[in-house]
Amino acid sequence: MASHEVTFPVTDPGEILKLRAGDEVTVQGHIIGIRDRTQIRIFDQGVEPPMDLRGAFLLHTAPGVRKLADGRYEKVCIGTTTSARMVRFTEPLGAQYGVRAICGKGGFPDEAIEPMQRLGMVYFAIVGGAAALETTQIEEIEEVAWEELMPECLWKFRVKDFGPLTVGIDAHGSSLYHDVQARAQEKLKELYARL
Amino acid sequence: MSTMASTDLAIAVEDAAAHLYVWALKDIPQDLRDALRDAMGRETHRVGKRILETINTNVSVADEQGNLVCQDTGIAVFYARVGERFPLHPARIETALREGTRRATLDHPLRSNTVHTLTRVATGDNTGHRIPHIHWEFVPDWDGLDVKCVPKGSGSENMSFLKMCVPADGVKGIKQFVLESIVGAGGKPCPPGIVGVGIGGSADYAMYLAKEAIARPVGTRNSDPVVAQLEEELFQLLNETGIGPMGLGGDVTVLQCHIEHADTHMTLNPVAVNYQCWAARRATAHVSVDGTVDYDREA
Repeated sequence: MASHEVTFPVTDPGEILKLRAGDEVTVQGHIIGIRDRTQIRIFDQGVEPPMDLRGAFLLHTAPGVRKLADGRYEKVCIGTTTSARMVRFTEPLGAQYGVRAICGKGGFPDEAIEPMQRLGMVYFAIVGGAAALETTQIEEIEEVAWEELMPECLWKFRVKDFGPLTVGIDAHGSSLYHDVQARAQEKLKELYARL
Repeated sequence: MSTMASTDLAIAVEDAAAHLYVWALKDIPQDLRDALRDAMGRETHRVGKRILETINTNVSVADEQGNLVCQDTGIAVFYARVGERFPLHPARIETALREGTRRATLDHPLRSNTVHTLTRVATGDNTGHRIPHIHWEFVPDWDGLDVKCVPKGSGSENMSFLKMCVPADGVKGIKQFVLESIVGAGGKPCPPGIVGVGIGGSADYAMYLAKEAIARPVGTRNSDPVVAQLEEELFQLLNETGIGPMGLGGDVTVLQCHIEHADTHMTLNPVAVNYQCWAARRATAHVSVDGTVDYDREA
């Protein structure tokens, strides 16, 4: 299994297609923070996001921040939340806005596999709870939109050596979560027989 | 022994609560650090090992930078053991714990998570209607107060499960339910963590006991040998499921399984599962009758 470095936003779909489930990835460039309420606003309330999401890397996050006197935000502690709650937004994020990567923790259920394959998207698994480390990899909070949703705003971060991330679901129909779950279900049958 | 005005004692408890909340978020206990290092040694899968290395690195970075281990400041859950002769009434203790939580949140600042359940309007200070949560225990023939703070993150709390097994399901039913719950949870609750299991009592009390179980030091065993044996058996079985660190596959699915139990009705067999993530944060203070506060890393 390979290691890669990818800079976001991406313009070449090949940057996503080269990634395979289980590969290790480090990310550079800019990433967008997004969460439950942000996506409810975009898709359920029909409000256009005031940031360009083409080729973007979205991070499932609600950061801990401190507001400065000049109105900017300084990072306090930035980590990653559970992705599964937001799986239903995967298809429209890719189809309507051209998002290429979604990063979170805990994975997406199998319903994400088909749209990710069709739209050339990838799911990155970060280490949930490892926020102290993640915070050091975020160089700056460059933009914040929808502040009234604090902390579930739309955030733009500049990152350096963001990771290590694991490709959890690739753009070729492979999901580590599906594979682990399938094996675990088989194992459960064996364990129940021993009880 | 000097006596203390109850207002001063209330301030001592409030200060302790504020300190405990932030301390718990930044400096995880030694028994948990040992369990995480041990997990890294046991894991043989490549991805699982990398995740456990990152977790251990993260704990070191939090130490070096004085930052929070995890961004989810959770719901503050307090466990208060109140001595019969502790001179501050629990009503005042509750107020002090709430004020301490609010102060820590605004002063640090900590991310506030508390919202109205229906309107989703945020309170902004991690307190609210019935928040923080407080578990009470009253101790006869004692004049002290122990307060433990467990900031409980939502990723793991969302992976809570209750089943009203029937007596005919037996202990086997309990084991199956715990196994299917943890496999079903997969990577969502940030494994490898502590599986808290509550058995017996009633529906609500079983879950309350499961929440008690996750607050124990990692790897401590229930004083009832029958329950302790079930803890050990489930710990082994859960680690055979292959869910692994962050649900990406591996040998280490849980750091421990803790069980608390209550007797129950002859026709009941409740089992509740409450998960605690690998960042199983907790911090304890002992408050004396004279207002002295001793902080405890092991309790």
